[in-house]
Amino acid sequence: MRRRYWPLTTIRSKRMSNHDRPLSPHISIYRWPITMVLSILHRVSGAALSVGFVVLVVWLFDAASGPETYAIFLSAMDTVIGKLALVGWTFAFFYHLSNGVRHLVWDSGRGFEKQQANRSSWLVLISAVALTAVFWWGAS
Amino acid sequence: MAEFRLPKNSRISRGKHFAAADGSSNVRRFAVYRYDPSTGVNPRLDTYEVDLDNCGPMVLDALIKIKNEIDPTLTFRRSCREGICGSCAMNIDGGNTLACTRSIDSVKGDVKIYPLPHLPIVKDLVGDLTNFYAQYASIKPWLQSRTPPPPDQERLQSKEDQELINEPAACILCACCSTSCPSYWWNSDRYLGPAALLAAYRWLVDSRDDATGERLDELEDPFRLYRCHTIMNCTQTCPKDLNPAQAIAETKKMLAERKY
Repeated sequence: MRRRYWPLTTIRSKRMSNHDRPLSPHISIYRWPITMVLSILHRVSGAALSVGFVVLVVWLFDAASGPETYAIFLSAMDTVIGKLALVGWTFAFFYHLSNGVRHLVWDSGRGFEKQQANRSSWLVLISAVALTAVFWWGAS
Repeated sequence: MAEFRLPKNSRISRGKHFAAADGSSNVRRFAVYRYDPSTGVNPRLDTYEVDLDNCGPMVLDALIKIKNEIDPTLTFRRSCREGICGSCAMNIDGGNTLACTRSIDSVKGDVKIYPLPHLPIVKDLVGDLTNFYAQYASIKPWLQSRTPPPPDQERLQSKEDQELINEPAACILCACCSTSCPSYWWNSDRYLGPAALLAAYRWLVDSRDDATGERLDELEDPFRLYRCHTIMNCTQTCPKDLNPAQAIAETKKMLAERKY
């Protein structure tokens, strides 16, 4: 006779009907350590960078299309929203970069003590803000 | 997939309030997650006022006092009351820890007590850890040796070799780390979680174990191991001060190094 093998958890949940059981609260009750905040920021900044690169392509495209189209692009970026987007994009870039460097250090097996990880979190935040500031100070 | 909202049957309503007896001076309020499977009603948050002048110093002391003197229906796991059995793991003041080693004084304001996060709840503070234990079993947490042991003695280790496994072997499987991990919340069906991976590491670095290659083969998987994104919640929350995040990083390193 052919027997079907289920993973242990499947058998259990069928018998004990875990489907009816409530799920304990998670993200709504958990107190976020700083490392968790930076981790989700890394993903958010990565997504923001992808969107920003589309704008970058539009910029190059408009530049290649001639001075009139380029002027439209420039005026769009000269608005408050445009400037905020640009500053936000560079911050996302420098944050992703700084935290990426930290990930490289982690990949080498270093910096995993609680205190080290908390300190490096602040270091990443400070470095991201500082690099963004220096970039715009240099650009203006 | 990440499902951030709780399912309909899991949303928490406000529960009963148990006021302290008159004349109590040092009153502290405990908000405790309650779920009674026999009613089919959604979970609720009951509040108990406890007189700390007549209570032991730890959160577990307060829970036991509540069960003994205020509300005998309150259900939770506990055993050793000294941080070695791992039974009373729960979410206290937003962090996973053992109720027996967390002092009431260390919590500011009301003491909020929930079960370990993102588990199917059997009753009150008791979560179903079946999947967690199955994952632990899946890493084969026993010595696999192909060489026969010496005829007249145990398999000896050098002091240095023993030191490698001292820390990971101190894990009590309380599940605080795994249930603190967002990756585990969203992918516990495929991601092994920090506790099982720490246990796997304990056998990877055991000088007496001969199955290192097979163990690494089993772990080399986009989900089982690599859902760890170094969020660090595991290490931040471990009540035994162990470092699952580092063990996972070391495992990733072993996998990278064996390729070249």
